[in-house]
Amino acid sequence: MTLVLTPGARVRFTFHGGEFEGTYVTEREGRMVIKLENGYNLGVEPAALLSSHLPPPSPPPRITTIEQDSSLPECAIISTGGTIASRVDYRTGAVTSQFSAEDILRAIPGLGGIARYRTRQISSLLSENMQPGIWRDLAHAIYHEICEGVRGVIVTHGTDTMGYTASAMAFMIETTVPVVFVGSQRSADRPSSDNVMNALCSARAAVSELGEAAVVMHGTTSDDHCAIHRATRVRKMHTSRRDAFQSIGIPPLGGVEYPDLTLTLGPHARTRQEGEARLFDRIEERCGLLTFVPGTPPEVIDSCEGYQGLVIAGSGLGHVASAWVPRLKELIGAGTTVVMTSQCLHGRVCDRVYDTGRDLLSIGVIEGEDMLPETAVVKLGWVLGHEQDPERVRTLMQTDLRGEICRRSLHGL
Amino acid sequence: MDYKEIGLRAGLEIHQQLDTAEKLFCRCPTRLRSTDAHTHEFFRYLRATESELGELDRAAEEEMMVMRRFTYYAYDTTCLVEDDEEPPAHLNAEALQLTLSIAKLFGMHPVEQVHTMRKLVIDGSNTSGFQRTALIALQGSLPGGCRVETLCLEEEAAQRVHDAVFSLDRLGIPLVEISTAPCLHTPEEVQEVAEYMGMVLRSTGKVKRGIGTIRQDINISIRGGARVEIKGVQELEAIADVVRWEVSRQQGLLAIREELRERNARVEQESTDVTRLFAHTASAILRKAKRILAVNLVGYGGLVGREIQPDRRLGSEFSDYAKKCGVGGIFHTDELPAYGITADEVRSVRELLEAGPDDCVVLVAGSPEQAACAIRQVTRRAEMAQKGVPEETRRLLEGKKSTAYMRPLPGAARMYPETDVLPITIEEQNWVAIELPELLSERAARYTRELGLDSVLARQAAYSDRLGVFEQAVALGVKPTLAARTITGTMREARREGVPVEQVEDASLLALLQSVEAGTIAKEAIPELIRLVATGHPVEEAIRGYAASSFSVTDVEAMADRIIRNRAEFVRERGKGALGPLMGVLMEEVRGRVDGKVVSEVLRKALDRFLKES
Ligand SMILES: [Zn+2]
Repeated sequence: MTLVLTPGARVRFTFHGGEFEGTYVTEREGRMVIKLENGYNLGVEPAALLSSHLPPPSPPPRITTIEQDSSLPECAIISTGGTIASRVDYRTGAVTSQFSAEDILRAIPGLGGIARYRTRQISSLLSENMQPGIWRDLAHAIYHEICEGVRGVIVTHGTDTMGYTASAMAFMIETTVPVVFVGSQRSADRPSSDNVMNALCSARAAVSELGEAAVVMHGTTSDDHCAIHRATRVRKMHTSRRDAFQSIGIPPLGGVEYPDLTLTLGPHARTRQEGEARLFDRIEERCGLLTFVPGTPPEVIDSCEGYQGLVIAGSGLGHVASAWVPRLKELIGAGTTVVMTSQCLHGRVCDRVYDTGRDLLSIGVIEGEDMLPETAVVKLGWVLGHEQDPERVRTLMQTDLRGEICRRSLHGL
Repeated sequence: MDYKEIGLRAGLEIHQQLDTAEKLFCRCPTRLRSTDAHTHEFFRYLRATESELGELDRAAEEEMMVMRRFTYYAYDTTCLVEDDEEPPAHLNAEALQLTLSIAKLFGMHPVEQVHTMRKLVIDGSNTSGFQRTALIALQGSLPGGCRVETLCLEEEAAQRVHDAVFSLDRLGIPLVEISTAPCLHTPEEVQEVAEYMGMVLRSTGKVKRGIGTIRQDINISIRGGARVEIKGVQELEAIADVVRWEVSRQQGLLAIREELRERNARVEQESTDVTRLFAHTASAILRKAKRILAVNLVGYGGLVGREIQPDRRLGSEFSDYAKKCGVGGIFHTDELPAYGITADEVRSVRELLEAGPDDCVVLVAGSPEQAACAIRQVTRRAEMAQKGVPEETRRLLEGKKSTAYMRPLPGAARMYPETDVLPITIEEQNWVAIELPELLSERAARYTRELGLDSVLARQAAYSDRLGVFEQAVALGVKPTLAARTITGTMREARREGVPVEQVEDASLLALLQSVEAGTIAKEAIPELIRLVATGHPVEEAIRGYAASSFSVTDVEAMADRIIRNRAEFVRERGKGALGPLMGVLMEEVRGRVDGKVVSEVLRKALDRFLKES
């Protein structure tokens, strides 16, 4: 007999001669997971079930309506999913993104003191499932909000791929206002979550004088300040820490103190612009990033056949094994644009120092300057979406368009 | 007092730290550190979240009234898991195995599938804002018939250094929590059961020892009263008293309830802003306050000031509730004029609130938000007084015979699944294969039976922290009585004299005992040698310095003769009666290097000789 129980059903079961009551939560590896009166869950053999009944539905939770202060500037919150807005999934026991943008406002009342908000949800994805197609939807949504006259745009995003999306938006929208990406590293269900502070700091940045796409996340492990990172120079550098996001090769654009929300911007931050924002929404999706690892057979390049663009994260100054060169030559000959970056992350590519580098240049590989590999692949897809001429592509890839390339390598970074 | 008559029902919740190599959810050692050794610190704010059932736990809600900043000390023996900067590792298998042994010792049944939960704790003692805990076993029994309801394995909280500063060394040490049913009916019974449970836990030989490693929470209610949990009683001997005190507190509250009912007492729902009345007051607290609010408790006069515990009045309970809002305390007219508040000021407040002679007015002072929050809390608690005893979690006040309010009893809504830890199946064959350690009580009986120790000494040895030394020493041929006395009485006396005996390693004690058995040193030398080793002398060196061979019998004879000659007059006067006093002098000189029996024999002969000669 298979017992079909609805989560939330009240159940009675036996356990070593005793009778217990609880609430059915889910099935896990063949056992009923039951929440006891004392709050604990335990897994029980289905055979132990004595009876079950569905309790009358509980009254719908009190929904507090959100009053917005009309004297405050208006911002847009666009949610894509991710851990700034997560909830426990009782079916799988996993943390998943489920909140709408309104839920975020309800969860973080302090936001109401900074601005009023228009909210829209364009997806509820785990960030690892993000795709260029959704970047396009997001770019349209952001562009639309900017045209509607919002003071700034906040995009909530899972942290795993936030850097890529932020970078994509930097290229796809020539913005006049702040486009601020925010997420949380520690799940929003925990009292210690970084979601509230990150959200408040991002809202502060969204009404500031900033005028570019940025990521606003914890600056340290303490709840003391958030750093504002340029979208094209930011990278997630830790799997779990609150301060995982770091600016690479440049200092952060600025910071927001917590809890007083004092904001400072560095001289290199682009500020708000007069005039109209512009949308460049095409992106070539057949692009990829390949990390060179010693000993990897050159056949790995064959899997990139048909790619319009390939970024290589090479060793050191931008190298791959000599054995790769003929294959890369074939790939380029077949029309793929190949850009070299470094897996060092810090520093500039230079393929003129050693023989292998010079060989790579001679077959047409483009030096990606000091671009982050991830930024380079996003940029390459975007450039190829708008430009077919190989020489124009090469020039664009080597020109700083959104702060992704530093013309000078500064000390101490 | 007849506790059965008043319907006392008490239960115990015992928390015991386990002595595992690593913490429960990370691979850090379970070592406590001096706070000076912290390598860095950080701070966080905690806020309550919706729990699994979508309700905010009321205990958590109260903590949230003040948004607090918590500082944490981290060490080279802690990691990102304690910092709440990394997901937990798998549940520690050593801790689980040990917990299962404990479950078996209490005759419990393990759950088939263990689910780790997050228990909301937002007082700062957990960096995450929750404590990870898992139900491991159910339904055990105690001698005398009381039931053990649940056994949980959880992570220990961070240690409070002071105020809102916590130390992360303790966070994550495995802790078992064992709860009995409320089936204990006298204070003595509660204490006996606590002692028994502690003994069973120590029988595993794998639990932490020392101050703070075991804590008892006691649930107490009497008929007409309510369940109150007294947190963290550390001393076993205090348990019966703590129960008695709580019974009398509940009786005091019930008596107040009766009087309030007779007087038709009620609480004014509106508070009044009386800030301006204190513009020029001599009370520094009121003068500095941005807002002073007052509420009239109609018919409460004299009862708010009534003592319900030593040095604690009903007003102290109001004050505990108000403090949750960040104010320092409250003032009430049962204790005024005082604290710089004059009779005139009291009169004007009473007039403004139209308070009658049987009424009590309570004042709170602070920022506008604090004052509003505090007066609400006072009103709430005052209303509870009409119902009698509120369900509460309370803490023992250090050095006092009373308890203070901590927070409401937590509800079941404070738990939701720890999704970062996978469920664990307890395999039947694993459970069956667990071999139970001998209970310390059985061990003591065996020592009497097999080693001939008297029952008191046998029990002391079996329950001692140094049980391992005893076992090894006896196995190596040391006389059981000597080994038992040394690890119990001798060590206890040394500690009493201020010797840092915890510095003496087991191996050193064992070496001393073996040296006595081998005749290298006299047993009288042990206290002195323990002192030397405890203060940093290497044990071999200390033993060499005290070796019996460094004194020959001839040496002792010479010393005896000298001592007698120097006190010739005294000795002639006392005759053989001088033996006792002289023995003391001589033992002092040989300082335990020679066996007492030998010394006494030598001295007696020398004394006889001297008396014959003179
Ligand atoms: Zn650790």
